[in-house]
Amino acid sequence: MAGGIKKFVVGSFSDEAVLFPAVKNVRKAGYKIHDVYTPFPVHGLDHAIGLRETSLHTAGFIYAITGTTTALSFMSWVFTKDWPLNIGGKPHFALPAWIPITFELTVLFSAVGMVLTFCYLCQLSPFVKKHHFHPRSTDDLFVMAIECTDKTNDAEVQSFLEKAGAKEINIQVAETGWWIGRYDREQKLYRDEKGY
Amino acid sequence: MSLLKYESQQREPLVGGNKDYHQVTEDIISPIEMKPSRLWYIGFYLSVSLLLFGVYSVYREVTYGIGQWNLNKTIGWGWDITNFVWWVGIGHAGTLISAILLLFRQGWRTGVNRAAEAMTIFAVMCAGQFPIWHMGRVWMAFFVLPYPNSRGPLWVNFNSPLLWDVFAISTYFTVSLLFWYSGLLPDLATVRDRAKTKLRKLLYGVASFGWTGSTKHWQRHESLSLVLAGLSTPLVLSVHTIVSFDFATSIVPGWHTTIFPPYFVAGAIFSGFAMVQTLLIVVRKVMGLQEYITLGHIEAMNKVIVLTGSIVGCAYLTELFIAWYGQNPYEWYAFSQNRANLFSPYGWSYWLMMFCNVVSPQLFWSRKLRRNITVTFFMSIVVNIGMWYERFVIIVTSVYRDYLPSSWSTYYSPTIWEIGFYLGTFGLFFTCFFLFAKYFPVIAVAEIKSILKTSGENYKVKMTDIEKADAEKFYSEEVEHAH
Repeated sequence: MAGGIKKFVVGSFSDEAVLFPAVKNVRKAGYKIHDVYTPFPVHGLDHAIGLRETSLHTAGFIYAITGTTTALSFMSWVFTKDWPLNIGGKPHFALPAWIPITFELTVLFSAVGMVLTFCYLCQLSPFVKKHHFHPRSTDDLFVMAIECTDKTNDAEVQSFLEKAGAKEINIQVAETGWWIGRYDREQKLYRDEKGY
Repeated sequence: MSLLKYESQQREPLVGGNKDYHQVTEDIISPIEMKPSRLWYIGFYLSVSLLLFGVYSVYREVTYGIGQWNLNKTIGWGWDITNFVWWVGIGHAGTLISAILLLFRQGWRTGVNRAAEAMTIFAVMCAGQFPIWHMGRVWMAFFVLPYPNSRGPLWVNFNSPLLWDVFAISTYFTVSLLFWYSGLLPDLATVRDRAKTKLRKLLYGVASFGWTGSTKHWQRHESLSLVLAGLSTPLVLSVHTIVSFDFATSIVPGWHTTIFPPYFVAGAIFSGFAMVQTLLIVVRKVMGLQEYITLGHIEAMNKVIVLTGSIVGCAYLTELFIAWYGQNPYEWYAFSQNRANLFSPYGWSYWLMMFCNVVSPQLFWSRKLRRNITVTFFMSIVVNIGMWYERFVIIVTSVYRDYLPSSWSTYYSPTIWEIGFYLGTFGLFFTCFFLFAKYFPVIAVAEIKSILKTSGENYKVKMTDIEKADAEKFYSEEVEHAH
């Protein structure tokens, strides 16, 4: 559940126009961007920090065809094998009449499946808590977290970020994963509380 | 790089005033953090009392049976199914705005989509009540689900439009809810991160699912929204199509019409947008959101109203023509006598429908009237009355005179408990909407921020100056070069 505790240099930008060149320069200088937290989806930022395209839509397609086959096979089984009903002498295998339900189940499976997959991949759930590098990253700041290794010179990264246009710069030691927690109180990590 | 999407400076700004990102948050989130106003309490308690009256009406219906309603031998579907179709129709605008307009890249949808989607969900909740309580023995409502049972198992009839409805409405409700809530997550996180009180931190912390705004999460969120929009687009069209099948697949004169699916869908969008106008004109005024829900937004929705209203008008005339042209005496009787004859028992409702849905929206061809708040508000009510009468006309005028003249019912009028049930759903709808307006961001904060630099008023002004300077520079250089 926990991703591990790491040290970060965190810089906040107030404008996405400053953020983009900064991201480029930071990557060019060889620093590792842990993540950038933004208040709204900034188009092109995912490519700028080198993320690959998401495959969520592929998952959506797979759920959709699962829905289609579930609906069709279930209705065929019920009306041709399990309990064939004579409805006005019409064929038992009444494909045209099943299209509405088949369509609805296709959409239902795809939507529910995709949302659950989305929540799983992003670890989103009630009572999940994550470290926030800056409380205003959901308001008006674009917050870049650079991961430090043993070899990283913190001061150098800090001055680099300052030159790139960051407003507030600080160093934070933080848990990268998520833990069960509430936002109304400070909680220690599970393993710290239990003394692992 | 700041302008990732270019928008012409000629276009009307979608966000008025001198705003930056923080100001947007402040404007939309701060009403949540304040104590509700007196007006809110009055409205809320009024809605709750209506809801309680509805609960009592339903209680009587369940205890004493369906006889509490004035349904009779030929009119088995009266007010309740009229109300059902009416509410489902209203529930179409939200998904249309959030899904179809997303696919068409309409920037103005960002100001109204959140509230419209909420309205959709509440309207579908209200709609669902009617077929459920109309069953009479409501404790057997689960019989509509295909589950392995001890009666055979005796399955449901998958060939029946009424069962298609069960699937369509429940899928529509689920998908709309998921779409709405996944869009809410980032905004709930904004409320959480601003929260000063412990309780608010706890509740919005739980509700926002630990959203951080990570770039990867946004990337997936965008993909999810796009695919959900792609799925919802055919879904929203399918739902009212299937509702229209409830009528169109029967052989009742007046219902047995192939034009029903497109005609119902257009009517649904028509009434849905009217309801969005009714709600948003009040919300923008009470919550001071005139800079986010601008006259431009209202005008855009009025354009949709005049378009769909005219489609509905075309459909009315087409079915009237086909009833005559089809040479089926029963069909023609239903149209010429039961409906279009003003002096028949229900003739007045047909002409009221015609006036409200076909004639009155034509006012919106005038730009001045489209941008007039009072006219729009009044028209939105007229349209909703008209659309209610459309369903009433379709249902009641087709069944009050069947093939056997001895069983013609002279007049059907609802009992107080039928009316009470309808009022109760208004109570449910407005109770939910009041709670939503108080505790949720009524405008999609993150989406407004994402269009702010292309469509915000102050940015537009700035860009106009830059473009003008550019053009002048280009012109002077060219002229210099030419000489």
